[in-house]
Amino acid sequence: MVHPPVADIPPGSLPSGSVPQVDVPANGLPALAPLPPAVPRQGSVVGSAVTDAVVSGLLTGLLLLPLVGFRATESGSGPLGLTYRFGLVAVFAGIVAVLRLVLNLTVWRRGRKVKTSEGPSAFATLALKAAPALRPAFFSFAIAYPFLAILLSGGLSPSRYWVDLGIYVLTYVMLGWGLNIVVGLAGLLDLGYVAFYAVGAYTFALLSTSVPVNDFFAGHLGEGFWTAWSFWLCLPVSGILAAFWGVILGFPVLRLRGDYLAIVTLAFGEIIRLVLINWVSLTNGGAGISSIPPISFFGVPFNATDEGFAAKYGLDFDSMHRIIFLYFVILALAALTALVTIRLRQMPVGRAWEALREDEIACRSLGINTTLTKLTAFATGAMFGGFAGAFFAVRVRFVSPESFTFMESAVILAIVVLGGMGSQMGVAGAAILLIGGMEMLRNLSFLKADFLFGPDFDPSLYRMLIFGFAMVAVMVWRPRGLVSSRLPTIFLKERKAVSSALVKEGHG
Amino acid sequence: MASLDPVAGARAPILAVDHLSMRFGGLIAVNDVSFVAARGEVTAVIGPNGAGKTTVFNCITGFYKPSAGRLALFHGGAATPDELDAVTASGLSWGRTGAGALYLLERLPDHKVASWARVARTFQNIRLFSGMTVLENLLVAQHMSLTSAGLLNPAALLNLPSWKRQQKGAMDKALYWLDQIGLMERADDPAGDLPYGDQRRLEIARAMCTNPVLLCLDEPAAGLNPRESAALNELLLSIRRDHDTSILLIEHDMSVVMEISDHVVVLEYGCKIADGTPQEVRTDPKVIASYLGVEEDEAAVVEAEVGA
Ligand SMILES: Nc1ncnc2c1ncn2[C@@H]1O[C@H](COP(=O)(O)OP(=O)(O)OP(=O)(O)O)[C@@H](O)[C@H]1O
Ligand SMILES: [Mg+2]
Repeated sequence: MVHPPVADIPPGSLPSGSVPQVDVPANGLPALAPLPPAVPRQGSVVGSAVTDAVVSGLLTGLLLLPLVGFRATESGSGPLGLTYRFGLVAVFAGIVAVLRLVLNLTVWRRGRKVKTSEGPSAFATLALKAAPALRPAFFSFAIAYPFLAILLSGGLSPSRYWVDLGIYVLTYVMLGWGLNIVVGLAGLLDLGYVAFYAVGAYTFALLSTSVPVNDFFAGHLGEGFWTAWSFWLCLPVSGILAAFWGVILGFPVLRLRGDYLAIVTLAFGEIIRLVLINWVSLTNGGAGISSIPPISFFGVPFNATDEGFAAKYGLDFDSMHRIIFLYFVILALAALTALVTIRLRQMPVGRAWEALREDEIACRSLGINTTLTKLTAFATGAMFGGFAGAFFAVRVRFVSPESFTFMESAVILAIVVLGGMGSQMGVAGAAILLIGGMEMLRNLSFLKADFLFGPDFDPSLYRMLIFGFAMVAVMVWRPRGLVSSRLPTIFLKERKAVSSALVKEGHG
Repeated sequence: MASLDPVAGARAPILAVDHLSMRFGGLIAVNDVSFVAARGEVTAVIGPNGAGKTTVFNCITGFYKPSAGRLALFHGGAATPDELDAVTASGLSWGRTGAGALYLLERLPDHKVASWARVARTFQNIRLFSGMTVLENLLVAQHMSLTSAGLLNPAALLNLPSWKRQQKGAMDKALYWLDQIGLMERADDPAGDLPYGDQRRLEIARAMCTNPVLLCLDEPAAGLNPRESAALNELLLSIRRDHDTSILLIEHDMSVVMEISDHVVVLEYGCKIADGTPQEVRTDPKVIASYLGVEEDEAAVVEAEVGA
């Protein structure tokens, strides 16, 4: 039976009962037998939870037995052989049983009162109390981090892994803060942020390896000038060019909203990557650009010569000097991003970004030019992406289109969403958690035990899976991100956090 | 010619609506409506549900492009018919006149209607920035005056004294309006947390922070209890008294209309059916017949229903 659209039925014109009142779930599937709302007997809660856990464990085992328990392996050139992995099946079944037991006793427990919080949650209040201390604490730790790494790992060279990890994480903190302007403040969903990262990286890579530019400076300011100074001169250029591309992308795209905006920005990211691959005469295609000059200490190179950094400052030469300097450069760039964002939020343009996220129509009724406002958000976010790109190029000293895939955009966006859109400390925390955590997952060697996955199991291949599970879990428990409340930019008597229930997420 | 309208003859107009029509596909939501809103007065637009009142507002504030008609707004003083015709023929969206300036609103995009022509509005379903505080809402409204030196003003980026002075001025204005609407205590609360009546008044204060010459209010009293409604009347009267702002008002609540408006325009099915002082409109047989739909002695009952 086809129901007429509800709107066409004048209220009250239907005799009551003419529409059968059947509870059919929206997706048309039979609902998982809803439990009768009878009050459960006290003792039966644990009993039924255990029964349920055992049954689901057994079901999982049966289901996985053919899927996971048998495996056809090729032994050399011979026929396929069958290996049995019943241990693994048991492990999976056990995991399911234990998880269901825990959930049955906690979240799914019948008669459990669901806590409804009024106003900001305890966590938010705590975050608000800690907020003034959090930022200085974060930056002092970030400054002390390389020295801590050297101390704890016992020397310059062994600390290399940790300082590299720090650089890696801070790059994503900076990218997250840059994207946060677009997504978190202005509420524009941008899935192609990596395009600006690529523009920055290629700008620096192309300029620093360009022979005419090198010759020009060699003629005017001496041989070796461009090699020594290229990063510092190209850094602003990279940012400006990325911002320029942000505007170029923004103009046609900002008429779109929501999903459409997301799709077009995604396409833009891919277009930039494909251009980089196919414009071989300029970008050297998929082979990328190598031998990018390394970073200098404001003109002083990090090498073992008499002119080098170590000789000049009376230190023993060590290649770690450059790495530690890189760390502080990215820390400074990230801090710049944070400070500029904080400042912009207190300026009319930043307030207009947030107002845009809250209600675009109301913005227009107040005379705010929404196109211009969106463009500034895009351009500012893109500029920081460009800075980060130039840094990436000078750190790795090699760029290729491989580094700028959609995956990068997705990770940066995941950092912003996980951190809580608009919150800087949340985004920093999410970057540390995601990037640092993913790196830590490389060390899960215990999974190589014989009864689990065997010695040829590579846990790092499953990082994305675990990453996905972690994202789902966080979105279930903290749907608005780690720090979901919003701090007002100005206050009269008292700064009160705005609960996430009131803050909008923007729509395009 | 609306400016020759007998009703408006004596008073200087601020807004002249001429033969305004708005079609949505086959539906004519506004059909050849002309009226004049006078400077310094409260003009009410009333009519049954779906009469096209909000559509008229959306045309005036640039959210809809009218299918036909002219919307002339006068700064300073009324333009002469010749000046009006000259600007209309020139194809420009505005022009200088002997008394000040003249804007043709149907030619301006919505944000310029607010920033150039200085027409502010509120919405039938409140549109506050609910995740921002009450104070922030009032500061966002002063965006245009604060960004006169550019969106990325270096003085603002570096927080120079000249900027601080400007910021202080904006703050003072916000505080003035907070005081006017009695929400000083709640300045740091999110706007979305306020009770309905306070949200209505905050939306009006936010609109007033843009320094409008014409304030368009879409059903400001809808959903208010009698006490809140009285506070609203007082606020509107004080705006008319103390500020150089004329008010255009859509309202269903007859007590508000009769109490504060100087001039009433009645719409029905997109057409204007009456235009005059509240007393004239109240006794107009056409209005009684079609708007209230009943004899006059039953009108009070219907009024109560419509107002609810
Ligand atoms: N964007 C639109 N597209 C199509 N039809 C519209 C649109 N906006 C308004 N209408 C129609 O125009 C007519 C007038 O609507 P409008 O909202 O102006 O009425 P109103 O007088 O404000 O009514 P109310 O008192 O209920 O607010 C209605 O029939 C409405 O359905
Ligand atoms: Mg309406």
